[in-house]
Amino acid sequence: MLTDVVMSILLIGGALMSLAAGIGLVRFPDLLSRMHAATKPQVLGLLLFLLALALETGSWPLIPLLVLCWFFQLLTTPVSAHMVGRAGYRTRHLRQDLLTIDELDDVVACAVVEVDRDDPAHEAEGVDGRQDADRRDVPDH
Amino acid sequence: MTRQKFSLVTDVPLILWLTFVWGALWQDFGAGTLIFGLIIAFVVVNFFYLPPVGLSGRFNILAFVSFSAGFLVDLVTASIEVFWLAVTRGPALRNAVVAVRLRSHSDLIVTATGHATSLIPGSLVVEVDRASSTLYLHCLNVRTEEDAEAMRATVRKSEAAFIRIMGTRQELAELRAEESVS
Repeated sequence: MLTDVVMSILLIGGALMSLAAGIGLVRFPDLLSRMHAATKPQVLGLLLFLLALALETGSWPLIPLLVLCWFFQLLTTPVSAHMVGRAGYRTRHLRQDLLTIDELDDVVACAVVEVDRDDPAHEAEGVDGRQDADRRDVPDH
Repeated sequence: MTRQKFSLVTDVPLILWLTFVWGALWQDFGAGTLIFGLIIAFVVVNFFYLPPVGLSGRFNILAFVSFSAGFLVDLVTASIEVFWLAVTRGPALRNAVVAVRLRSHSDLIVTATGHATSLIPGSLVVEVDRASSTLYLHCLNVRTEEDAEAMRATVRKSEAAFIRIMGTRQELAELRAEESVS
């Protein structure tokens, strides 16, 4: 009886986290903030679901497998979020007007100026640095 | 690329971990499965060579447990916060890209800090500058410089935790020196 109650609470908690992801996807204004909603609440959501599953089956050999599930989720979520976020930032799929501070912008602009200095051929294009950031990769210093 | 000699610090934890994964996948931790898993892990580690991760050779279990507990608490509060922001703020949300300069130059610590930061809802690593160990984070609901500063402090705090868990002795000594000053 007690197990059932705890399990229901865990499952409802997990489902609420999915709901949070859904609401966030619809309501947040740009790609990067949607990334937060789409990926983050699931870390806790999956944990709650897996805990409920462990309680329900009550079998010890299953628990390492559930731990692995969550562990790999922990490893992979930030990587995918980072890749999408990074690509989104570099291709300017974000709304600059929604950012109160942007400390990466100057770095990217500087890097682009450096690339132009190293490679004079690009100066002839007459494109300003900001647009150049769309196409050119920023070199790792 | 020449294969380096079998290294105790790097390979043994990896082999033990792979053996655990094998047992977990079979849901059986009997001697037979584990020995077979051990053989497979050994073969995998030696034939599919990956760049070695620079482990420091120390791992503080107590620091790890206290960090994990704090991490779970943060995870729950931040998840609820993002939920709340999605419902109440929604389209009016203002964000920021904040640069955080880390102390450590170890790839493992920088990666672990980036991961822990990304996993806590509300912050996302957009870019990493490896040369200067700087993380560029996209943070939800940052309106003022104070918010950004609070964010930086949080990230540096989780970095300090990782140094306490598995940083090198030198990094640990530097961290202690820094803490005794402030």
